[in-house]
Amino acid sequence: MKKTVQDIENIRTQTKLSMKNIRIMVCAGTGCTSSKSQKIINNISKILKEKNAEGISVEKTGCFGFCAKGPIVVIDPMEIFYEQVKPEDANEIVEATLNNKVVERLMAKENDKFVERWHELNFYNKQKRIALKNCGYINPENIDEYIAVDGYKALEKVLLEYSQDDVVKIISDSGLRGRGGAGFPTGKKWLFAKQVEGNIKYVCCNADEGDPGAFMDRSILEGDPHSVLEAMAIAGYTIGAKQGYIYIRAEYPIAVHRLKIAIKQAKDYGLLGKNILGTGFDFDIELRLGAGAFVCGEETALMNSIEGKRGEPNPRPPYPAVKGLFAKPTLLNNVETYANVPKIILNGSKWYSSIGTETSKGTKVFALGGNINNVGLVEVPMGVTLREIVEDIGGGIPGGRKFKAAQIGGPSGGCIPDSLIDTKIDYESLASINSMMGSGGLIVMDDSKCMVNLAKFFLEFTVDESCGKCPPCRIGTKRMLEILTRITEGNGKEGDVELLEELASSIKKASLCGLGQTAPNPILSTIRYFRDEYEAHIKYKKCPAGECKKLMNVHIDPEKCKQCGICKKTCPVNAISGEVRQGPFKINPEICIKCGACIEKCPFKAISK
Amino acid sequence: MKRCKGCNGYSVDDKMVKIANKYKGVKGGIMGALHEVQDEYGYISEINQKYLSDKLGVPLSEIYGIITFYSRFSLMPKGKYNIQACMGTACYVKGAEAVIKAFKDNLNIDVGQVTEDGLFSLESVRCIGACGLAPAIVINEDVYGKVTPDMVPNIIDTYRKKEATK
Repeated sequence: MKKTVQDIENIRTQTKLSMKNIRIMVCAGTGCTSSKSQKIINNISKILKEKNAEGISVEKTGCFGFCAKGPIVVIDPMEIFYEQVKPEDANEIVEATLNNKVVERLMAKENDKFVERWHELNFYNKQKRIALKNCGYINPENIDEYIAVDGYKALEKVLLEYSQDDVVKIISDSGLRGRGGAGFPTGKKWLFAKQVEGNIKYVCCNADEGDPGAFMDRSILEGDPHSVLEAMAIAGYTIGAKQGYIYIRAEYPIAVHRLKIAIKQAKDYGLLGKNILGTGFDFDIELRLGAGAFVCGEETALMNSIEGKRGEPNPRPPYPAVKGLFAKPTLLNNVETYANVPKIILNGSKWYSSIGTETSKGTKVFALGGNINNVGLVEVPMGVTLREIVEDIGGGIPGGRKFKAAQIGGPSGGCIPDSLIDTKIDYESLASINSMMGSGGLIVMDDSKCMVNLAKFFLEFTVDESCGKCPPCRIGTKRMLEILTRITEGNGKEGDVELLEELASSIKKASLCGLGQTAPNPILSTIRYFRDEYEAHIKYKKCPAGECKKLMNVHIDPEKCKQCGICKKTCPVNAISGEVRQGPFKINPEICIKCGACIEKCPFKAISK
Repeated sequence: MKRCKGCNGYSVDDKMVKIANKYKGVKGGIMGALHEVQDEYGYISEINQKYLSDKLGVPLSEIYGIITFYSRFSLMPKGKYNIQACMGTACYVKGAEAVIKAFKDNLNIDVGQVTEDGLFSLESVRCIGACGLAPAIVINEDVYGKVTPDMVPNIIDTYRKKEATK
């Protein structure tokens, strides 16, 4: 049923009260769901029913970010944090909660002390959650809970108190910049879209999060879908649009499901649709599913895809603000950008611009992954250093290995080597070392990773995802991949590095869209910081990290070999010869496929590559 | 069953009729329709393409162009159990290549192929976002995290046994 402003306020007050009860919050993000968090919810809910436990409820909630320790369960309002919970633990958790106790064996321990509340964990120490503010606190499938945490209050404020120019000014003054990667000032984008004449305009949300290793947008949509809907309605009012589209990857079924629920609930309450809150403003949102094409994250390609065409980019200008979706003026922002908007409207531009650095305001969400202890989702104020993210938040590198580099911004970004680990994370500092903010993928690599192979990996991705429309990207990236492949296979030639640099510079200049223009970045940055590794591959046919199989030479140290024969049993291709206690074993390099299985199995560490 | 003109007398089933009617007249509706056909049948057959072309007024060449552009759509049926090995950066860094190789060796197929009995197909896919569980694979709806090559035979066996007991 459609609600009035007063109805919404009543819902807010009532739900706030009910949210003060004891709530068992279970993470229902993709990561925790894959490790059976739905089963945990079912078990707890069944037990609560059996015990007739009044005043306690179990709720699904959004990503806490600490994915390495999932599934995560938090008991609110005490904020007791349980990690790596199993479905069998349900009974114990309910029992303890009913008796005002805790389950110590599921609690996190730091410095030999139990961590009592979840944001007291070291992991959250340097974080500041704005875009992720509601993730972990509310049930994303219940609009009332979003309303209770001041949801849709920003929309109400905008519709009742602000002119279109007021909103543009607030967003501009806040200093918010596009979180999709390029960092274009959001206020300016909104102003352009507002200024263009046109009866029909569109607001779009780019949720085609394609960078490998990035899951920021997915987590926001899974944990707090209404914040994006609210922001899009605010954008619609500001630029004069009545229709919005969210373009989301079909590979994110949970996010799609929650968005569908959220849109339906918002329509039922009259927060989307005709005459929103009785103000005469109409705005509706539809979902459009992507179908597995990375290039659709590019704005013109994305719009082509919504129109039901091949997702190929168009030359710009004309920019979407002038001629975008269905040839009408269109405003397109990324999920994380939108998620910041309601908070900026409510708290003011001064509050937002007080966070971050001189030119990069606010926070940025990163998906931290790779060779790092605390894999997960982190939101940090702009200006923290990479070292703080890797060491303080990420908990360092596992297995006693050393930090080698971090790849930031996925296949369009660059790597940051050990020597620059104190670089500040903001748009300008990253650009100054030839990297880029990107959408927020942050992959940490230890010293066992070969940087030439890494560049090859990213290039394989771009070659695969190049849409084929423009030759520099279609042909150029393919040629670069061929060169990289021969380098990693020991067939590199003198001058290959220079050839790569030359190709890279042409592809950057001549490609039609962002995909091609940024595709050479991983190669350029690895050449810049790890040129010696390229040289080692080409000149000495050696892979210093020992990752490139064709250059690997697995051998058994006769001094260390205790002649136990485990390696012979392990070898899948019978490349190892010798008899137990009859002298050291030997590997036949002709047969060896360099799988490394024997290296791992040898109890005496006698085998090396 | 309904016959459509332009299908050379081939017929499509009721589900197809329903899908086509749902997206008729929707702006950019062809993408949505193809998604539903893909989900329903596991692939998009030539007949179904012709039928959609006829009903939605989109040239067949364009539909073919769309299907071949997006990796989610396929022209060929997939295995009953479709193994999707994540090749996102996080999984890659944690050894996804070795996992894919183990599947290839065990099933005797390459990426993009279907086993002779039609039971398994193998795909390497873009980041599925389960980076905390890297390397991750998805078989139909089941997600397996922190997969190592020696787990692969057991995983395959689970599905073989499932089939054998049917």
